[in-house]
This record gives sequence, C-alpha cells and structure tokens, in this order.
Amino acid sequence: MQITSPTFKANTVKALADVDLQRALRHVETGFIGKRQKAADALPEFDALRDNAKAIKEHTLQHLDLYIEAYVAKVEASGGKVHFAEDADHARRIFLDIAKRRKAKTVTKGKTMISEEIGLNAFLEEHGITPVETDLGEYIIQLRGEHPSHIIAPAIHVNRDQVEADFRKTHVDLDPQRDLTRPETLLSEAREILRRKYGEADIGVTGANFLIAETGTSVIVTNEGNGDLTQLLGKCHVVLASIEKLMPTLEDTAQILRVLARSATGQEMSVYTTLSTGPKRAEDEDGPDEYHVILLDNGRSNMLGTEFEDMLRCIRCGACMNHCPVYHAVGGHSYGWVYPGPMGAVLTPSLIGVDKAGHLPNASTFCGRCESVCPMRIPLPKMMRHWREKEFESHLQPQAVRTGLNLWAYFARRPKLYRTVVSFAMPLLKLLAGRKRRFRMLPLASGWTKWRDMPAPEGRTFMQAYAQSGHGHGDER
Amino acid sequence: MSASTRDAVLKRIRRAVGATPAHDRARREAVAERLSRTPAGIVPERGQVPPAERLALFVDKATVAAATVTRVENDAAIPDAIATYLREHNLPAAIKTGHDPRLTALDFSATALRVSRGPSDGDDLTSLSRADGGIAETGTLVLTSGRDNPTSLNFLPEYHIVILDAADVAGDMEAVIAKLRQRHGQGELPRSVNFITGPSRSADIEQTMLLGAHGPRSLHIIVIGEPGLGAAKPKPH
Repeated sequence: MQITSPTFKANTVKALADVDLQRALRHVETGFIGKRQKAADALPEFDALRDNAKAIKEHTLQHLDLYIEAYVAKVEASGGKVHFAEDADHARRIFLDIAKRRKAKTVTKGKTMISEEIGLNAFLEEHGITPVETDLGEYIIQLRGEHPSHIIAPAIHVNRDQVEADFRKTHVDLDPQRDLTRPETLLSEAREILRRKYGEADIGVTGANFLIAETGTSVIVTNEGNGDLTQLLGKCHVVLASIEKLMPTLEDTAQILRVLARSATGQEMSVYTTLSTGPKRAEDEDGPDEYHVILLDNGRSNMLGTEFEDMLRCIRCGACMNHCPVYHAVGGHSYGWVYPGPMGAVLTPSLIGVDKAGHLPNASTFCGRCESVCPMRIPLPKMMRHWREKEFESHLQPQAVRTGLNLWAYFARRPKLYRTVVSFAMPLLKLLAGRKRRFRMLPLASGWTKWRDMPAPEGRTFMQAYAQSGHGHGDER
Repeated sequence: MSASTRDAVLKRIRRAVGATPAHDRARREAVAERLSRTPAGIVPERGQVPPAERLALFVDKATVAAATVTRVENDAAIPDAIATYLREHNLPAAIKTGHDPRLTALDFSATALRVSRGPSDGDDLTSLSRADGGIAETGTLVLTSGRDNPTSLNFLPEYHIVILDAADVAGDMEAVIAKLRQRHGQGELPRSVNFITGPSRSADIEQTMLLGAHGPRSLHIIVIGEPGLGAAKPKPH
C-alpha cells in the first residue's frame, strides 16, 4: 500500500475539512469509551489482570526464541507447516508459492492486519488471484478501494448512506428498488453475497490474535463468524501472524483474553474465540486439508532489546485510538499507513522508518489517555518521546525548528538569563498586541496563528506574579 | 529460504535478549517449566461460587450476550424442547446434527422433526450441537470439532441449538482448559475448539450492534439436569 505518512500534516488538513469523515468519527467516542469503562468496572480483577498480562508478555518476549521453537514443533506435529518470513516481500512470495501449488483462483479472508502490512490484496490481484474480504467492515472498504482506518473497526470512517451507495454500485444484479435504508438490510445483503464465497475459496486466510506454544494453536477472536467460516470452509487455511503473537500456554492466553475484549469493544468475551490446531483430522468431516502459518518478522526482532521493546506487547485491541483526541479529530487514514492512533505512532516509525513516519509521534497532545487504557500497560507517550528525540538526533526536522529548539534549550539551561529575557519580552509583547490583546500573526509561529489567535501575555511573568501573590516567599532564585 | 530465515530470526532474538550459553540452560528450564506446569494466573472471583449460583451466573451472562436459555430435566425432554423452539420461531421442523452418541440416542419419534446428520452444506436453517462445557464467568459455550459435532454446524445455520449438561458448567475458563487437557492430553487439542458467547454480530456500520452477521442469528442453549450432579468434574486449580 502507498505510504502517505510523510504528508501527515496535509492529510490532517484534508481530514478536518471532510464533512463525511467528521460525521463518521463521532461514532468512535460514543461507540467505545463508555463500553470499555463499564466492562472494566464490572471486573474487580481487571487491573490485576492487566499487570499479569504485561508480565506474561514480558516473560514471553524474553524467551521468544524458545517459545517459537516449541510452537513450530507442535504445529508440525499436528500436520501443519510454519514458514518464516523476513519481510513483507518474503511473506508475499511464500503465500504465492502456496497459492500456485494449490492452483488457487479465489482467496477468502478473515480480518488480518498483517495482510495489510504486507499488502497482500494488491499483490494477489497482480497475480490473477481474487481476494475476497469477508469481515463486513473489510468488505465495505474493499468495495471502496480503501484501507482500514481502525484496527478493529476498519470501516469506522464510512457512514451508512455511503455503504448503501457502494452496495448499489457493486451488487448490480440485485433489484435496484430494494430498500437499503436500515443497517440490518445492508448486513443481510453482505451476508448473502459472502456466504457463497466461503466454500468456493481455494484458500482461506486469517490473522491470529495469539499463537500458543504449548499446543501449536492459532487463535482468532471475532464477533461476526466470518473468520471461522473462512478458515473452516477454505480448502487450505493460511494464518498470517507476526512473531510477537506467541503465547506460552492456554492459561496465559486465558489471562490476556480477559483484558482483550473488554478493552476493545467492552464485551466480556467476544462472540467467537476459536482455537485452531493443524489441518482436518481423520475424525473430522469438515475443516481445511492444509494448514500453514506464515510467521512474519518485518523488523520486530530488531525492536527487542531497544526502548521500543514494550510495543511488542501490543495485542491490537484499539483502545489507545478509541481514547485518543488526535485520532478522534483526524481519523485513521491521516496516519498514512496500516496502524493508526497512538500504537501506530509508535509502531509505524519502527516498521517503515522514522524518516517517513516522523510526524506521527508528534501527533500527540501527551494527554496520556492511551497509556491509561492500554491493557498491556504500554508506555505509549514515553515511546513517542523517544521517537521525537531520535527524529531530532537524526536531523530530520526543518532547520527553523532545530534552530528554535536549540535557542530555547540554550535559555532553558540558564534560568537567570531566561527570566531576565522573559521579564523584558512579556511587557514588550503586551505593548505590541495593543488593545485586542491577541496576535493574529506572529513571525515563525504561523503553525499556531493560521488556526487561532495567539493570546498576548498580561505583562508580568508567571514567576513574578507568583512571587507577588504571597505564595512565593521570595524564593525566586 | 525459510529455514535460513528461521535461523536468522531466532539468532536476532537471542542476541537481543542477551541469551548467552552461560544462562541458556536456565532460560530453557524456565520455558520447559511453564509449558509443563501451566500456571493459572488470576482467576476472577465471580465464578468461584457453589454449583447452583454458578449455573445462574452462566444463564445470566449468556442472556446478556443475547443467547436464549431453557432448562430441561433430562435427555428425554430434549426433542420436545427443540420442537417447541422451532414452532415458536416459525422455523421448518428440520435440524442438522452430528453423530454425538448423546444426540443419536435422542428419540424424536414423538415430534414431527426431520433429523439429518453430518456437517452443514450451508442450506440448513437450524443445527443442533452438544457442548463440551460452559463457562459461567462469561456465559460462554465450549464446543470441539470432530464427527460428533462438526464445526460447520456452529457457524453456517441461522439458528444454532446447543445442549449442555448443567454439571458441565465450570466457573472459569481455566477449569475448562484443565478438562480439555485431561481429555485430550497435555499439549494436545482437537483441531478446533470454539468458545462461543452469544449469536454472531457486527457493529461495522456506524457502530450499531446488529445480530446475525455471518454466523447464526440466534443461539439457543438447552441446559440439562441439575448443577453439581452427573459428569465428574476436574478440580479447577
């Protein structure tokens, strides 16, 4: 997929002016925040489970090589196969080899973010294979030629009337007079259309929420049932997963399941949590003939042992973006690649480079809501700060910004000089602002004044006011 | 290609976590110990209640998840409960089910039901399965794959009826895992284990929750017998 993260600022300007998008984004706040809170409040052990979930992932990451080895051995013992993929290109080639051998024409797909990360759909189409997204949200955006704007609600940027228009345009063999004004009828129509596709598929592709080392199992957590039909009815099941999905045991998985659905949708448990181990067995009357796992690294092993290692605990629940004021304002597409919101702002620079994604860690108010709701207690703001530092160190910002920051740093390190300069500057600014007491324009500050006026200082500095208020005790050093 | 990638990935991980030969043995022991001892972690209090309360919690949670639940005294009452459900929902008197001995033993002769067996071909409106167990803490059903209860019966029909022994309702997921391990062996699972909590749904259009996305629109649970009786229960923790 085309990366537009470098034009993040232009993307946001467009997003803020997009009336349909702004209408759709209202559903993020109303749809998720209260439900998560209610689910968290209803489970007294919720915060203790978060601590334990974090500890489990930390243990797993510290022993990841060994858990991967144990996992691979179990998958092979159950008749499946694990393919290691270094990067996106490698993963696509592995998939194509399987598809060619199976003479695949159609591939049904449950929801998988790794598929987005490796750009599988466009690649399959180039090779004459038809990918069919079966998750309702993914199906809608496939019709629209778009990418997900949210990791668990991929079509959250689309309104009902837009879906209706897309369905009328695509499902041309259906009665044009049919009533599609209610979401229910849209859902039924998608259900009927997709129902025929599952059994026709040569390959069913799913992601994985977890890979369990103890049993060689892939786990998907869904509400619709499309992922299950995809992996059950396709003749060959291919799981796309990245290396940090490893879990030691079934019990460990149960711990994290308790925080996953609650954090994501506010459900205590998603409708379908499905454990798949290998292909169809002798005693089975249904199930796939082949079971493959494409295990993707794509830069993750290089995050281990660095200040970004904590990000590998992420279980992709979406809580951080659901609670992010920046995401609420600009939506997921502005971030310009696969992963939006706070988790995307940290992960994207790791995976595609801070030179391309440097704007994302800057798109934060540092309000800290993301970290406060993260079920895996990932210090997202801290890692965004790490990226800002790295961006500065590698001279990626414009010269004016660097000079300004260096100048500010010079004064900030010299408090006495700082206060002297400021005590002259404040009355001067007050004078310049005149009676309106605000600036409509300021040199070097157009990024601020383009959108709002800059209020003028009152004349005194904070420290002066504080000292005079009687609380300061003249302690101004 | 893949084998050398495997080595490269594992090597990078080992270097990153500082896995030196000196403490490699301790790391391996830690992993082997966790995989064999399978520690339970934090188990919510809410499921740790006497059998009758546990069943009541299961029914409550399943109902919150939009499943419907009825109770019968014994297997002999199941055919009539199914016929009643189909009638109340204006459904054809036909069900698709598997070869589970408990299901093949049911006597449907007193009803007008047409019963066919095997996996679903997508044309069945109503299916019948037997659950391995239930989880009270979330109102979840546990079903396993095989000829007895083909997995497609859980997903393709629009109406899914599941029978569940009251005695098989556990307090928490850990108890169910212990039972699976006891039945299938350490480190072994059936091809598919389905944890099902209510009927299929989607909120992908404007975050409006709608039932019946790709899986069943309705999930009906028939609970048999009294809690705490019948099937032997493994100790949860």
